[in-house]
Amino acid sequence: MRTPTGWIFGTALAVVLAAGAPPATAEEGIYVPLLTYRTGNFAGSGTPIANGMRDYLEMLNQRDGGIGGVKLIIEECETGYDTKKGVECYESTKGKNPVVHNPYSTGLTLQLIPRASVDKIPLLTMAYGLSAAADGRVFPWTFNPPLTYWDGASVFVRFVAEKEGGVDKLKGKTIGLVHLDAPFGREPIPVMEELAKRYGFNLKLYPVPAQSMQDQASTWLAIRRDRVDWIYNQGWGAMNPTAVKEAVRTNFPIDKLVGVWWAGGDDDARAGGADAKGYRTLSFHGAGTSYPAMQDILKYVYDRNLAVGDRAKVGENLYSRGVYNSALIAEAIRTAQQVTGKKVVTGEDVRRGLESMNISDDRWKEMGFEGFAAPVNISCDDHSGHNRVFIAQWDGSKFVRGSDYIEPMKDLVRPMIESAAKDYAEKNAGWPKRTEACDGRS
Amino acid sequence: MTSLDSAQGGVFNLKLGTGAWVLIGFALVAVVTALAVQAGALTRGDALYAVLVDPFVQMADMPDLLIQTLWDGFVAGMLYALIALGFVLIFKASGVFNFAQGIMVVFAALTLVGLHEFGFNAWIALALTLGVMFALAVAVERVVLRPLVNQPDIILFMATIGLTYALIGLGEFIFGGSPKVMITEELFLPRGSIDLKVFGGFVSLQKLDIAAAVIAFVMIAVLSAFFQYTRIGRALRAVADSHKAALSVGISLEQIWVIVWFTAGVVALITGIMWGARSDVSFALQIIALKALPVLILGGFTSVPGAIVGGLIIGIGEKVGEFYWGPLLGKGIEAWLAYMIALTFLLFRPQGLFGEKIIERI
Repeated sequence: MRTPTGWIFGTALAVVLAAGAPPATAEEGIYVPLLTYRTGNFAGSGTPIANGMRDYLEMLNQRDGGIGGVKLIIEECETGYDTKKGVECYESTKGKNPVVHNPYSTGLTLQLIPRASVDKIPLLTMAYGLSAAADGRVFPWTFNPPLTYWDGASVFVRFVAEKEGGVDKLKGKTIGLVHLDAPFGREPIPVMEELAKRYGFNLKLYPVPAQSMQDQASTWLAIRRDRVDWIYNQGWGAMNPTAVKEAVRTNFPIDKLVGVWWAGGDDDARAGGADAKGYRTLSFHGAGTSYPAMQDILKYVYDRNLAVGDRAKVGENLYSRGVYNSALIAEAIRTAQQVTGKKVVTGEDVRRGLESMNISDDRWKEMGFEGFAAPVNISCDDHSGHNRVFIAQWDGSKFVRGSDYIEPMKDLVRPMIESAAKDYAEKNAGWPKRTEACDGRS
Repeated sequence: MTSLDSAQGGVFNLKLGTGAWVLIGFALVAVVTALAVQAGALTRGDALYAVLVDPFVQMADMPDLLIQTLWDGFVAGMLYALIALGFVLIFKASGVFNFAQGIMVVFAALTLVGLHEFGFNAWIALALTLGVMFALAVAVERVVLRPLVNQPDIILFMATIGLTYALIGLGEFIFGGSPKVMITEELFLPRGSIDLKVFGGFVSLQKLDIAAAVIAFVMIAVLSAFFQYTRIGRALRAVADSHKAALSVGISLEQIWVIVWFTAGVVALITGIMWGARSDVSFALQIIALKALPVLILGGFTSVPGAIVGGLIIGIGEKVGEFYWGPLLGKGIEAWLAYMIALTFLLFRPQGLFGEKIIERI
């Protein structure tokens, strides 16, 4: 039997050992924290993304021993899609030399944007966050490839015009924006308003408070009253399956309901059952497990029991989104290694890597993703790239490609982004002027 | 009649008077508005017109949408009443506001769907889920309530907060965070809708909504009768009044608590099925419980009829308010409108619609 002295000694020893254990240093690998949410009210959307992000990086570790021979240290921090907890996650991980942060919440992104430049950790807000951050001259530390919410809204309108038989046919039509009443949901409003002015359609806004996510009866009744022709759904979490169900319930033509890419979860459409067939969503990557890289994930992560997710869900739309996100992380790190000549890169190096990132069709193919996504091209000035997206359509059991790639209206969006970025810098007194050098390929 | 009684009578009269004045006030506003519209002083485009006249013009112009709004409000109201009932039962029996009611909804629904996914027939899964809710009730009584007998109510309330987090953790551990689809068809809940042609438009009654309203109604009726007319119901009311007094006349606190928590569990399961069928089954369903708060404020924490009438007033009030007045305020107002309605009622009946009037003689 142990004596109390033994206990005390043992505990003291454990404390000393724990305190003396070296922290994860740069020599051991490249530290990539993932701020994810597998719990809370938005876990439905957060979990598949978290799985996709984690699995791809884990696969690189298993298959290639990391990137450029340096192992990736992957650490998830649970935010519960709560901005406050997200900031805690950021603070608790920033001391471990993270090379990039993925906030996975627009609310959290808004909190972290001012910190990124101070802490010298780039923010990769893949197709979310502040649209204005696409102006790299004002926001050197924030990146939102492959496109912004504003680009997305413009693609939606372009798609509607195509279906209606030309932009001149938009005049007099009523287009509704159903959106979560939160910073994320309100993002596309300025562009939609501008497009309504330009093309003469009526824009109707339908905010859905987070508390009413599952009870959208009034919203959809108002849509019926306003005789809305097309709807763009900027929703997230439980709001999406409810919107799809309500559309079905109120006999709204389901193929005229188009979701932003975050409203494109398989679970979102599945909730509507067979009636949801025809539901559309924007997307910028393929789905399914046919890509060699996805096969590698199955082989190196699932076959080795290193995954936390469900094997059957590999290749679903939001899972693939997480994989896409991690592919960008990996490519940024690889580019940073090339640009700096270093193996073990820092946050500052990865910022340069992101600004020099150019994933061509050939590069996607090399990565095992032939045909998975359109080329992604970022420059020092343009941190989103305004890249193309396509429309995915629910066929009753999965999302399939429902259109060719569509270009965002860069001519409209870019000046708006520049002016919004200028506004942001003016409103936040003391916003630092960009001093970071550009590596030239801009 | 004592002077105290007459004083109460006076207060009562004054209250009636206040209500009457409010009605007279509304009537006056209506008459003045009508006159102003007639005289051309209020025209389309005026802010006052938009608030006072336009919504009613819309109601008259599109009566089918009005009926649809009222129907949607009615269904929502019945479902709110059902959630509120879960709170009322536990509050009556243990004097505690059960913070865990929302997560019980999620837990019950997840258990049902989870068991079905596990391979059980839907009805067996339903029976097993009832078993799980019973086990939960017993566990809550043993582990949480029994050690806290005769403690201040706030301690019990804190315990239910603890219970909430324990259930969230347990639920996430067992079922994971992924949303699941409610097994509506397997439970023979109807699909599709009945479209009625009225006033040149149509009113679409979802069969699922009809079923929800009927089931909620039956549940509420059965529970009211059970607690009103049975021995257990009387014992429950005794426990609600005083733990000590109830114990002294030989009522088993443990038994009553298990019954009440189990009943709240059954209510949670039905709520979970109904709301899960309208959306999906995920942890987000716990937000639904928040919808019961204004209903409780309005109906009182101790009244079953209060939960029903309160639910209907809130349900219909918020849907009508959102649909006709929401656009004036940028829409999405129903979340706070429910509280406004409840607070307005409280101005005139501080104890809630059917709450017990507490008279403490000094």
